[in-house]
Amino acid sequence: MQYQAVQTLEEAVESLSRAGGEHLPLAGGTDLLAQRRAGRIDPKGVVDLKRIPELAEIVLDDDGYRVGAAVSGAELGEHPTLGQDWPGVVEAAQLIGSTQIQGRASMGGNLCNASPAADSVPALIAAGALCSLVGPSGRRELPVEEIILGPGQTCLAPGEIVAHFRLPRPGPRAGDAYLRLIPRTEMDIAVVGAGVSLELDADGLCTGCRVGLGAVAPTPLRLDEAQAILVGRRVEGSVLDDLAAAASAAAQPIDDMRATAEYRVRVVGVMAKRAAQIAATRAGG
Amino acid sequence: MKRHISTTIDGEALEFLSEDGQTLLDALRDVLLKTGTKEGCGTGDCGACSVMLDGRLVCACLVLAAEVEGASVETVEGLAEAGELHPLQKRFLEGAALQCGVCTPGFLVAAKALLEINPDPSEKEVRYWLAGNLCRCTGYDKIIRSVLDAAADVRGGAG
Repeated sequence: MQYQAVQTLEEAVESLSRAGGEHLPLAGGTDLLAQRRAGRIDPKGVVDLKRIPELAEIVLDDDGYRVGAAVSGAELGEHPTLGQDWPGVVEAAQLIGSTQIQGRASMGGNLCNASPAADSVPALIAAGALCSLVGPSGRRELPVEEIILGPGQTCLAPGEIVAHFRLPRPGPRAGDAYLRLIPRTEMDIAVVGAGVSLELDADGLCTGCRVGLGAVAPTPLRLDEAQAILVGRRVEGSVLDDLAAAASAAAQPIDDMRATAEYRVRVVGVMAKRAAQIAATRAGG
Repeated sequence: MKRHISTTIDGEALEFLSEDGQTLLDALRDVLLKTGTKEGCGTGDCGACSVMLDGRLVCACLVLAAEVEGASVETVEGLAEAGELHPLQKRFLEGAALQCGVCTPGFLVAAKALLEINPDPSEKEVRYWLAGNLCRCTGYDKIIRSVLDAAADVRGGAG
């Protein structure tokens, strides 16, 4: 397996395009190298993206955050303000694997690995994160929920990579949260996950919200019904029950060794409800 | 293709040749003969191959040797200084925190990383930090207690 470290996006795109899909982009490598070792993939080469400044940095400007796709979970957690402004996103990314995995694993890799159970993805969907993609045809921006098409499949064109995520600056009364259910406390893959981001007005009424669900469909989902349920209301009581019911109704999970479909349908509602309560508390509700 | 790699390992500037695609773990063990770092699973699940890469705890099995060009790597072999065992090593011996010993280098490196950022961890913090280090012998309790004892030693200046 060839190894190439590139310094610029142009080099990365050129190199990946030239290899015609036989070389894979390498960020933290925690999925790529584990899958290679397990014999599930056998790339002829990798293009290491971690030395490209845009992929390796977190920048805060007037528009909000630009989080490099290859920034590790540990670095996300160490940023002075990201975890205050988007605690749900940072917590979701930091649920992935062990301390050792956190030293390498990135949100760009988590997204492009395209697992239905990817922890950071529902939180990014809830946050309204945009993905900045760079490929042979230039740069384009897509909402995170449009990237994953199915298990292991993304909409990225050949030679195209995720450069960064764009997260807005949250409003004054905004909060987000991500919860996942696993049968142990650490080191497991989500049975279900739910991310919620919402804003409140001065009276505690919800003025906007987004909900992302994980591990209950072939791809992480955005729950569009959440807006109609929460906006204009307090995030409490029967409103939360309605949110839970909508999350359960949207779920189309499978039975596997982690849980039955029936259990996932039920528990994704519970997770969405609890995440909404945490997000509302963080928003000052 | 063989690649020439310059790096610093346990404080020593080293150069070696690595086959492209070789992991850092395989380069440490098979090229540099630094066999203190162990292979458990090879897929990032067990933590036996834990090393510090530029001050960050990682699994050496999930890093390519080529990625450490210009970087600094610290392994269990650098833990003892001038023949003096690190307080963690002493406490692991005294506390019988190992049986077969395959997981031990990873636990020691990971625990040292924790004590560097948190010299007074709670038991819960130690358990969470070390969740990616698996031991099939001890049942963990002796390891956790030894880390807490070593933390007290380091705070007290015994280190």
